[in-house]
Amino acid sequence: MNEPRIVIVGAGPAGVRAAEVLAAAGLRPVLVDENQRAGGQIYRQPPAGFVRSAKQLYGFESSKADALHRTFNKLRSHIDYLPETLVWNCAGRQLDLLGHGRYQSLPYSLPYSHLILCTGAIDRVLPFPGWLLPGVYTLGAAQVALKAQGCVIGSRIVLVGSGPLLYLLAYQYAKAGASIAAVLDTSSFSGKLRATFDLLKQPLTLAKGLYFFAWLRCHGVKVVEGVEKIAVSGEQKVKAISWHQNGREQTLECDAVASGFGLRSETQLADLAGCAFEFSQLNQQWLPQRDLAGRSSVKGVYLAGDGGGIAGADAAELAGKRAALALLEDLGKTIDLREGRRLDRALQRMQGFRRGLERAFPAPVAWARECADEEIICRCEEISAGELRRAVNHAGTLEMNRLKALTRVGMGRCQGRVCSAAAAEILACSAGKSLAEIGRLRGQPPIKPFPVAVGVALSPARETS
Amino acid sequence: MPATGKHAMTLFTRIAETQRAAVSFSLDGRSVTALAGDTVLTAVLTQADRLRMSELNGKPRAGFCLIGACQDCWMRTEDGQPLRACSTEIQAGMRLLTAVSGASHE
Repeated sequence: MNEPRIVIVGAGPAGVRAAEVLAAAGLRPVLVDENQRAGGQIYRQPPAGFVRSAKQLYGFESSKADALHRTFNKLRSHIDYLPETLVWNCAGRQLDLLGHGRYQSLPYSLPYSHLILCTGAIDRVLPFPGWLLPGVYTLGAAQVALKAQGCVIGSRIVLVGSGPLLYLLAYQYAKAGASIAAVLDTSSFSGKLRATFDLLKQPLTLAKGLYFFAWLRCHGVKVVEGVEKIAVSGEQKVKAISWHQNGREQTLECDAVASGFGLRSETQLADLAGCAFEFSQLNQQWLPQRDLAGRSSVKGVYLAGDGGGIAGADAAELAGKRAALALLEDLGKTIDLREGRRLDRALQRMQGFRRGLERAFPAPVAWARECADEEIICRCEEISAGELRRAVNHAGTLEMNRLKALTRVGMGRCQGRVCSAAAAEILACSAGKSLAEIGRLRGQPPIKPFPVAVGVALSPARETS
Repeated sequence: MPATGKHAMTLFTRIAETQRAAVSFSLDGRSVTALAGDTVLTAVLTQADRLRMSELNGKPRAGFCLIGACQDCWMRTEDGQPLRACSTEIQAGMRLLTAVSGASHE
């Protein structure tokens, strides 16, 4: 039998744990990652030469971050690690890669017999007036600025949206000395209360969330719940934010806004690998089908971590291990079945918690109905909500790819990563259909633009003459 | 109207990790410094309040996701090289422009 050629995409919690299990079984996987250093987004490591401790960088999660980084460092000589490498296509059981950053290269191919996709997630974005202005970022972006660069996004910052990241980020920013003018939560207190039963399935995580909330209140940070009708104003950059609470409009001066409404899985590679998708009510997104162990509909292709459905970093570590065990089992190797069952049970428990989070932090239901026609939905191509609605009302568009063909939404540089959630909401609302009925944008290579001009080195030696 | 004048204002504020070595680069013809390990995005936004102008409406943009997903932060060097500011490390001698659109339209 030929040696299996195993490739893992993504060196976050899922990818590193998958690599660990495979290496322990005597296999040598290739681990491809876009970042300079392992850890994914949550346990992202700053560049070399930064001095903050793990405790300062990762807070309560520092022991988990440390453990994952240590595991990775031990693995280095047992795996083939390709950092700063973009997987831009997947076809015919091979990946097309491009090294970037300091390692210039031409595109090259990497065949695989087995593929574990640990592609992670990005913030779910819902546009509001002013969201294109300099100074408006995602919650994840604001966190990366602090964690990986020691910067905050402004000197008077408002955080807005929904989901646990809102409070975590507010806590991290305030603790680091940033000035948080307000935390505007679009979810309500009563919704969170109703979710308590499910949230108690991970009492420690719930306790941390409550701690952040209490800490912010104790330190005088303004926290507003049940916020509606967010609008950011400014000419060349952010000047102020306004919102409604209980029908009353309020305005606050600020110079930066971070916003996010939960997370969305990055599924483009699963799509190009041929995986069948299904609509997930829980995630409100089309996701690659997978069994509990992480097997996709395509033999030899596995999914782990947030890239296959949002469950968080702890679940990602378990799912990475579980997918690697499934892969070993499919190779005919003897695996520890008890360990497999233990992981299955733990992952199922975490799904319960995730249901609770969705109830506590629902995406704003009225968003698509209230979004004004002139609002830009797609920031790459600057396509407005009105243009999307016209495609529905005049051309009778009822499907996402048709909407893309007619309006170019999702055709820009980001391939719909940022706009597709909002565009789908607008289409579904205008057409009177459900999100499941309007389908999903198909992935297309290259799934991201090449980060530098291919073949033209942007080398440090290029000095002024 | 694309502003090409001075940039007294910045977007990002350094709050930690300020003991790194200085790296000199050029921004819109000005000689400025960043810190070793900065991304181009950090280097520019601690000096200015934009990365590029939108090729569609001429208004300033300054990135959005910082993790290489949204593609909002493409900017250009003086010799026309496009680069994604959030995932490219600043290098000494880089000559960057903010008054132009970031990437050609596909």
